[in-house]
Amino acid sequence: MSAITLNNITKTYNKGTVLAVDDISFSVEKGELFGLIGPDGAGKSSIFRILTTLLIPDKGTASVVGFDVVKDFQKIRGIVGYMPGRFSLYQDLTVEENLNFFATVFGTTVKENYDQIKDIYIMLEPFKDRRAGKLSGGMKQKLALCCALIHKPEVLFLDEPTTGVDVVSRKEFWEMLARLKAQGITIMVSTSYMDEASLCDRIALMIGGKILSLDTPAKIIEAYPEKLYAIKSPNMHKLLRDMRTNDEILTCYASGEYIHLSFKNTTKENEGSLKKFLEEKGETDLVFKETIPTVEDCFIRLLGHTDGNSN
Amino acid sequence: MRTLKFLLQKEFRQIFRNKNILRMMFMVPVIQLIILPQAANYTIKNINIAVVDLDRSSYSSKLVNKVLSSGYFKLAEFSHTYKEAYHLIENDKADIVIEIPQGFEHNLEREGNQKISLSVDAINGVKASVGSAYLTRIIQDFNGQIRLDWVQPSMMNQMPTIDVASSNWYNPNLSYYLFMVPGILVLLVTMIGGNMTAQNIVIEKESGTIEQINVTPVKKYQFILGKLIPFWLLGVIIFTLGLTIARVVYGIIPLGSIALLYLFVSVYLIAIMGFGLLISTYSETPMQANSLIFFFLQIFNMMGGLYTPIDSMPAWARVITDVIPISYFIKVMRMIVIKGSHFHDIIPHILIVLLMGVILNTWAIINYRKTT
Repeated sequence: MSAITLNNITKTYNKGTVLAVDDISFSVEKGELFGLIGPDGAGKSSIFRILTTLLIPDKGTASVVGFDVVKDFQKIRGIVGYMPGRFSLYQDLTVEENLNFFATVFGTTVKENYDQIKDIYIMLEPFKDRRAGKLSGGMKQKLALCCALIHKPEVLFLDEPTTGVDVVSRKEFWEMLARLKAQGITIMVSTSYMDEASLCDRIALMIGGKILSLDTPAKIIEAYPEKLYAIKSPNMHKLLRDMRTNDEILTCYASGEYIHLSFKNTTKENEGSLKKFLEEKGETDLVFKETIPTVEDCFIRLLGHTDGNSN
Repeated sequence: MRTLKFLLQKEFRQIFRNKNILRMMFMVPVIQLIILPQAANYTIKNINIAVVDLDRSSYSSKLVNKVLSSGYFKLAEFSHTYKEAYHLIENDKADIVIEIPQGFEHNLEREGNQKISLSVDAINGVKASVGSAYLTRIIQDFNGQIRLDWVQPSMMNQMPTIDVASSNWYNPNLSYYLFMVPGILVLLVTMIGGNMTAQNIVIEKESGTIEQINVTPVKKYQFILGKLIPFWLLGVIIFTLGLTIARVVYGIIPLGSIALLYLFVSVYLIAIMGFGLLISTYSETPMQANSLIFFFLQIFNMMGGLYTPIDSMPAWARVITDVIPISYFIKVMRMIVIKGSHFHDIIPHILIVLLMGVILNTWAIINYRKTT
């Protein structure tokens, strides 16, 4: 049985004028770490809110651990943990009070489920008498995760948990998720950071309320059709401008310290003719190499595709 | 039950940690009850009067002395002409001009009657009507005195007069505080009960914590009860504080049963908190809730019968006062405190307020469900 299933879920806002989720169907297996990847406004949060029974879909059905999100909402509320995108614990209560409060409303105690949160709580312990509102971003997020875990949920929903968190805390956070997954908890996480996507078992690339691609990160990368190259020079801005005038190039965009590009027709002469073209434009000290696509590259390619379709 | 206990525990913890709520709870009643009744006083004093005495006789100066020594009037100026005195009204230095014409004494003695002119600045209607009424009373009094001087007692039998003796029931000294303080206390309980409930829930909405609560097994009714009970208790505490201030500062001791007062305030708080709850379901931010509450409080303030008697309002306005709960509380408060009314006197009031409480709370809960 799948932990989460969505069948033709559609959700609109403002009396149907804003389409947030457009006829989406997919399922998440038990014990899977599933990622919803997409920019702001892709409809990720709406899916989370539907699955956590906060929002009723316009069309379609969805279930979590076999319970329907509309009919059995009370049952779902007892067995899922939800961490909203915005920090929404009581800022005027201390770390310990927040944790105790959420434990008790789920009818349990911190002591009873301490092993579940131990790894994370150890990091929070020095601040347990501090009010939640006075914590740093990374600590707030750890507390929110603790509160979402305190009742041993079967499914964990994390809506953009790493937005606005520093790189080290983000890394720590994903390590925590890996440990939770090892305990058999199904985790659905959304993010707009592409580098985090490869840490998921399977990902769904979303934009405009639609899923563009859904598979394991490795397969999504494998499915990248063209050969991808990386190029750099001392003057990147000029380089990018020059490359855009070359009609053999299919796409080119800045990615980290390199510019990623692919050709319309992959041939052996590509490299030579491009170098020649660029040298004529006055580029010097060019570094050109083949590169393995990342999820980000796949996403940008899909994005270009939908743009092309809509034009 | 266990869940409710934890919700209440959390709520009280937050309330006692919030300095603003504590300040509002203790400072507002003390300040409002001590300052407002003193300022919002209907007894009109210090009416500025300009005297134009064109007669300058012994009668006219007697009259002027009588007016000025009454305590209600303050002499603005002795003017030589009416025009001069009118100028004072124009410059807002005088509220009333009394003009005693030339030949006042002469005509009074010879012809038996004489006219005096009063000109009143009626911008402030209350001041004008009360001021001219005082003045008329004084002049009548003066008139009676001179008649007594002239008319022989033996002739009194031939001219029957009606002597009016009135006595003021329930408030024999016509104490303004006795009338006003209980009313202001009602306004206070309303403000704090309604506003705090609305604000508290909207703040949870805005900070997103309500969403976090919504994904827990906490039921809607538990959440709402967890909000209402603490503020109900706060309302009762504020009411007690207010009664204590009324007793200590103004010496107002309720004539009727204190238990009856608490019974009514208990029911009333349910209604007014239902109102606050309703407002919170229609607002997304504390700012919106604030504006709505402010709007309704103005209506409660002016139409609840606190300052002006409901009976003298136009018929359509009386319909409004019938549907706002505060008017019942003000009425009952005055009935119990001043008149000493019993339980059976206020049964209809309690039932109506209870009905309002049921309607407002049900409406709020239905609407609350819809929005989440």
